[in-house]
Amino acid sequence: MKRLLRNFAFTAGAILTIVLILVAIAAPLISPFDPNAQDTFRRLEPPSKQHLLGLDDLGRDVLSRILFGARVSLRVGFSVVILASVIGITLGAMAGYFGGMVDTIVMRITDILLAFPGILLAIALVAVLGPSLNNVILALATIGWVGYARLVRGQVLKVREMEFVTAAKALGARSPRVIVRHVLPNVINPVIVMATLGLAGAILAEAALSFLGLGVQPPTPSWGAMLTAGRRYLGLANHLAIYPGIAIMLAVMGLNFLGDGLIDALDPKYRKMLT
Amino acid sequence: MTQYIIRRLLQMIPITFGILTLVFSLIHLIPGDPAAQIAGEGARPEDIVAVRKALGLDQPLGTQYVNYLVRIAHGDLGKSFHTGDPVVQAIRERYPATIQLALGAMFVALLVAFPLGIISAIYRNSWIDNVARFFALIGVSMPSFFFGPLLIIAFAINHEWFPVSGREAGWRSLVLPSLTMGLALAAILTRMIRVSLAEELNQLYVTTAIAKGVTRAKAIFRHALKNALIPVITVIALQFGSLLTGAIITEQIFSWPGLGRLLIQSINTRDYPQVQASILVIALTYIMVNFASDLLYGVVDPRIKLE
Repeated sequence: MKRLLRNFAFTAGAILTIVLILVAIAAPLISPFDPNAQDTFRRLEPPSKQHLLGLDDLGRDVLSRILFGARVSLRVGFSVVILASVIGITLGAMAGYFGGMVDTIVMRITDILLAFPGILLAIALVAVLGPSLNNVILALATIGWVGYARLVRGQVLKVREMEFVTAAKALGARSPRVIVRHVLPNVINPVIVMATLGLAGAILAEAALSFLGLGVQPPTPSWGAMLTAGRRYLGLANHLAIYPGIAIMLAVMGLNFLGDGLIDALDPKYRKMLT
Repeated sequence: MTQYIIRRLLQMIPITFGILTLVFSLIHLIPGDPAAQIAGEGARPEDIVAVRKALGLDQPLGTQYVNYLVRIAHGDLGKSFHTGDPVVQAIRERYPATIQLALGAMFVALLVAFPLGIISAIYRNSWIDNVARFFALIGVSMPSFFFGPLLIIAFAINHEWFPVSGREAGWRSLVLPSLTMGLALAAILTRMIRVSLAEELNQLYVTTAIAKGVTRAKAIFRHALKNALIPVITVIALQFGSLLTGAIITEQIFSWPGLGRLLIQSINTRDYPQVQASILVIALTYIMVNFASDLLYGVVDPRIKLE
């Protein structure tokens, strides 16, 4: 832990991430206004003492919307990471442990999904399923599990030949038990790093999809959608685009720092494994 | 080399089929009755039947798939619901704009990354190196849909040097979108060139060259840089594919009339044949670029061919 704290990137990333999580949890308590309350007479008003980050095109408080937007970003981020990692770890572990047909099928699917540009597939899925928060999560998890599956499979292939696994099998442990109790604990560290970086990726992807109008639908506040609205008023009310942009950047930077710091602290070899 | 190309081509066959299958299945993923969804709310039953027939959705799934593959093989990607024209026509019109944007972004990225990467590798841990690393960090963390609007505010609104959007002003239209898309790539490449060159500079052959009287500059540029660029070249080729997908967002920011904007417009108008065709063309270009970068890797680093 001391080594982790000495790592500047990790500390900065951890602080930014903790702030992000706290803001998301406490949004209803710390938001100065209702994020959806409109004051159409004061639309596009620049930052002032009353409205620190100004008002948007419908006269809603930008600060409150950014604070509530953190909830959407984190909800998507965590849901995608949990879904993708559970699917990826399960399939990757099975492919690595059993080999043969299971391995071939899982790996061919990952080959195809990896050959398809990620964000394009997400756009395609949301385009046919319809734009909504849940469909964004589903689309991002569909492209996200591949990384975990490949990582875990590679690790399992290495670990399954080790003596403690042979010993467990010799003592009569069955496959699921061997995988869960003996193999997975040995691959968990790189998975944690991948999940941290994946959280940043998912937040960025959600913002991108919302920016394209394919993500969270109004009036739910989402940083990406706020940027789209802000784009229409560039030059007239720049604060509409600038503040949500800064929020996305800080969140992504924080999580990337955290992931990077974790790599340095746990094992620098992970950098190669994860790219 | 021929054997290597054939091997890589064979590997591409299942991937291409996978992509074709994925794009084919898209329409079947539409919740409920795809024909009713496509026809839109308030469509009459006969409209829905017409859509179903037009898309061949009244046929068994297997027949639909085979027909789809046959049509693709003949270069027929369907007709737009919106204009009634073959979807290929719109793609042909928009494709050059996307390639132009990707090339522009690549140019920007190389222009920034090469000097910055080389300088920071030579002067490791100096203030220049720190500035370059900070720039790289900002570059990878700043999404294009934030950086683009910032550039518009600074250089199209506050100073009217470049147009806010569109492609009508010639090369001036290309500057801001290329900068927007090139920044992230410049950041990645700067970091790569720095690491790769720094590694080479530590090698004994560089020390030997300098000990034998070669100037430091010559040792760096003639000997070390050549080897350092091997991994960088392939990343450059590989990243060109990512630029094509990155263009989807950048084209939206600058109303750039490329393939990405066509895709988003078709999604908004539920023009599914156009959506499918655009996705297919972007994905196929992407894997072709990746294939080309693999071949390039084989050329610049002969060891790869043997693996």
